[in-house]
Amino acid sequence: MTSPAREAPLRRVPAARAAGAKTTMAPVSTSAPVSLRDARIRFGERVLWDGLDLDVHPGEFVAVLGPNGSGKTTLLRVLLGLQPLDSGTVFVDGSPARRGSGRIGYIPQQRGMPEDLPLRASDLVGLGLDGHRFGLAAGLGLAGRRERRARVAAALESVGATSYASAPVGRLSGGEQQRLRVAQALVGDPAVLLCDEPLLSLDLAHQRTVTDLVDARRRAADTAVVFVTHEINPVLPLVDRVLYLVDGRFRIGTPDEVMTSETLSELYRTDIEVLRTRGRLVVVGAEHSHDHHDEARV
Amino acid sequence: MNDVLGRLFSFDGTGELFALPFVQNALIASAILGLVAGVLAPLVVGRGMGFAVHGTSELAFTGAAAALLLGISVSVGAVVGAVIAGLVFGALGLRQRERDSVIGVVLAFGLGLGVLLLGLYEGRASNKFGLLTGSIVSVDASNLWVLGGVAVIVLGTLAVIYRPLLFASTDPDVATARGVPVRLLSPLFAVLVSLMTALAVPIVGAILVLSVTIIPGAAAARVTSSPLKATLLAVAIAEVSLLGGTVLSLAPGLSISGYVATIAFLAYLACRVIGRSRLRRP
Repeated sequence: MTSPAREAPLRRVPAARAAGAKTTMAPVSTSAPVSLRDARIRFGERVLWDGLDLDVHPGEFVAVLGPNGSGKTTLLRVLLGLQPLDSGTVFVDGSPARRGSGRIGYIPQQRGMPEDLPLRASDLVGLGLDGHRFGLAAGLGLAGRRERRARVAAALESVGATSYASAPVGRLSGGEQQRLRVAQALVGDPAVLLCDEPLLSLDLAHQRTVTDLVDARRRAADTAVVFVTHEINPVLPLVDRVLYLVDGRFRIGTPDEVMTSETLSELYRTDIEVLRTRGRLVVVGAEHSHDHHDEARV
Repeated sequence: MNDVLGRLFSFDGTGELFALPFVQNALIASAILGLVAGVLAPLVVGRGMGFAVHGTSELAFTGAAAALLLGISVSVGAVVGAVIAGLVFGALGLRQRERDSVIGVVLAFGLGLGVLLLGLYEGRASNKFGLLTGSIVSVDASNLWVLGGVAVIVLGTLAVIYRPLLFASTDPDVATARGVPVRLLSPLFAVLVSLMTALAVPIVGAILVLSVTIIPGAAAARVTSSPLKATLLAVAIAEVSLLGGTVLSLAPGLSISGYVATIAFLAYLACRVIGRSRLRRP
């Protein structure tokens, strides 16, 4: 399969790790915002994936597909530094993945929020900027606070949410909340944008809004996008490459390479047919694996 | 009827009472508690911890009853009981259903044990009753120092963890993704709430702790979604309820908790009415 960029981020690899890495590779570039090498995750006996090499380049949009329990969300957790690899290396923006990296923006799936949640739209976005930081709020100083307000306002503006900046988040629609999620993820000016099913439970128009915002960001700021989704069609025009995970097997490549009857049949080890109609992909035969929610089976 | 009303709202000699040291102590204690409770209340409400606070107050009562029996400081007993409860409840995390049932079990046991301990106590009856309904006039200078010290600890800790705590409380998924130690903050906040509860038990009594720990936050949430404004408003409501309740209770010589709870409740109703127009989206 095409995993075109085989370069390892050798420059900042600690000596001990570099020795263990495949030393034959040429140190071409260290700029890939996301770089996984020979990565392996295992839960008990079950290997989620092994030997995963993936570089996501600046401005590249990588969709992560696969049935439930195939390790899509775990991949995001690895990049967020919440889940250590069993072997291999993971780099985000040139440094080993770590908890609380300011270089990552994260968009979760839309979930209802309580109506009386004491939080305004601008507060939610502001938390994306400094919500993880301990310390006195007053420590910002007047200039710092002005800059913070300006950044939050700019982020709200960029997603068209200025008109409801002071509205309680719990009373906004799902689509409006998801716009705020985009602003919250982008306010810190991340090099990498991780999206965990951000389109789930949104109607088509709002799905379009969110994908357009993500697309605009990566074009404007060269942000690398890793987009976990059940459904490729809403993002198909944006996708540069697909990482398709099934039962510990995976394929990486352009949609045209991966989303074929042949490749998916190989991955699922059963007959899968991929139909292309009016710019959409219909995968026949994998519905069962896509839809069921029994994590234990996989 | 008029007799009862006359007794409830009497100000005979309230002015002279202000000059007495124990009255001044009571007012200072009320002011300190109002500040701490008002600051914590919006977070308690935001995290859906009302029942946990109630459970904590019953355990504070158990601890205080045990202290009374052992002849040690009631404040210390209340703090110990409440902190144990807080650690247990905090460890339960945010899973609502499991948490509620465990709190119910612990609360019932704590209350029963406390009643038993009080039964064994052979000192003054007003000491016993005070734990359940509060007796602010029993607050003396040494209690004030404990109160002040605990208040400084609670507010100081909160100042440091406030933003991550707000993040973890209102938006746990993204907070986790951003590296906020969500599972560490939960028991830590529970301990802060326990300390506040322990402060409140001798003043407003175990039964009515919720009147100063929940009502101000719940009321503020009806009229504003700004975390800062909600906190300021909750502090204002808690202060008015506690100081007002203390003043009103002086001349009649009744327990303050009824007055405090009533004032807080009226404030809540007012906030609901004000907030109704706000609930409709513009």
